[in-house]
Amino acid sequence: MYSEKVMDHFMNPRNQGEIPDADGIGEVGNPSCGDIMRIFLTIRDNIITDVKFQTFGCGAAVASSSMATELIKGKTLEEAWDVSNRAVAEALEGLPPIKMHCSVLAEEGFTRRSTITG
Amino acid sequence: MTPERIVYMDHSATTATDPAVVDAMIPWMTARYGNPSSVYRLAGESRKAVEEARASVATVLGADPGEIFFTSGGTEADNWAIKGVAFAHQKKGTHIITSAIEHHAVLHTCRYLEQHGFSVTILPVDETGKVRMEDLKAAITDQTILVSIMTANNEIGTIQPVTAIGALCREMGILFHTDAVQAIGTIPMDVRSMNIDLLSLSGHKFYGPKGAGALYIRKGVRVENLLHGGGQEKRKRAGTENVPGIIGLGAAIGLAAERMEEQALRVSTLRDRLLAGILERIPHTRLNGHPSDRLPGNINVSFEFIEGESILLLLDRVGICASTGSACTSGSLEPSHVLRAIGIPAERAHGSLRLTLGAENTGEDVGYVLEHLPGIISRLREMSPLYADFNKRSMDV
Repeated sequence: MYSEKVMDHFMNPRNQGEIPDADGIGEVGNPSCGDIMRIFLTIRDNIITDVKFQTFGCGAAVASSSMATELIKGKTLEEAWDVSNRAVAEALEGLPPIKMHCSVLAEEGFTRRSTITG
Repeated sequence: MTPERIVYMDHSATTATDPAVVDAMIPWMTARYGNPSSVYRLAGESRKAVEEARASVATVLGADPGEIFFTSGGTEADNWAIKGVAFAHQKKGTHIITSAIEHHAVLHTCRYLEQHGFSVTILPVDETGKVRMEDLKAAITDQTILVSIMTANNEIGTIQPVTAIGALCREMGILFHTDAVQAIGTIPMDVRSMNIDLLSLSGHKFYGPKGAGALYIRKGVRVENLLHGGGQEKRKRAGTENVPGIIGLGAAIGLAAERMEEQALRVSTLRDRLLAGILERIPHTRLNGHPSDRLPGNINVSFEFIEGESILLLLDRVGICASTGSACTSGSLEPSHVLRAIGIPAERAHGSLRLTLGAENTGEDVGYVLEHLPGIISRLREMSPLYADFNKRSMDV
């Protein structure tokens, strides 16, 4: 069902965890939908120097979270905001159609709004 | 990566065809390929074998062979029973009663009939998954022509009070259909003493082949045809008989009935050990369904703070086959309608795991699952923001 890349990110998630004194925290989804993604950011001079995630969800949700953190790490906030769900899905070598919303979750987990919470 | 072993605990989804059943089927695909409707001796052999299989099914159900009609499986049998009764009796009444935890083959068929002038009452169930007799009594109107309640549920394994339901329906002059797809071969069935008018079954759930099922129609019950065409199955179900499938179904149901008592005891003992081990080793876990009136091989538990598809993917990595009521595997993004109907909140339904044990499972399999499952659950909980929040709340208290 899933590409090798999705399974790799699901089995070996990158940047999983929590940043206790994060500069920004974003969260999307809710438990009744079966998906929640929370993202923690450390920002130095407008650059994302560290990022971690916690995810409640299916294989695609975990893999999308993991890939999204990889894509935004080291980028400026403006560059990171431009990362689309399609870019996450493409980097994962595709997601099943019914699972595309999981990559949307990853995109929405990191928005202008989410980064002002911290 | 190849897992070290396969532990199949998804017997409610399907079972491996018994080698003896396969052996019984093969000649009917090779040397004995005759169409039962033809005239020559080759065809006569097929005709005779189909009738022997029919007698075998009838014996296990306590029915007459003339009351057994072969179908392509459980879904066709359910569709035929419900649509067939509805269209044959619509002058008498247009009301059908079913339950909220039926298989989609029943529920979606009832939804279809609603678009064609019928009204449907979907009975709620209690927190264990049982239909309440008082709800059924209250739902019956002078328009009610059919009650369709499953014998045992495929997700949570809850066994319904079929005998009481059958007796009430008979007394009220209402036809009673039961989807016994999960029950055949695991719990005793007798259509006469249970007052069942129509019963659906499917071969691949009891170590028979896929694509072969049957509908029992009590003698004298009028049912419209679902499939029109040739005169097979006493002009009630058109289409050339699936001879190898029917032979396999007949062989499998005979073996299942023979082994039922011993298997039910053996499998339920393993199931009880596995369930006790899961509840003991994994905190924040709850059993879904009835504590005792459930199919012998069925476990359905919810692990809080995590999602079921993730559990299945990690179990698959170590060769364990199971299923979940999570939305993420349903294709519809809705969690299990059965778990929702027994009052389980969506987030706990997402974290459900169904393990259904069967003939080939051993004590070693139980040990293997207990060795791997706790680590998988912890690993996913470590990743979960819900678990992180729970731990923070616990520390605050």
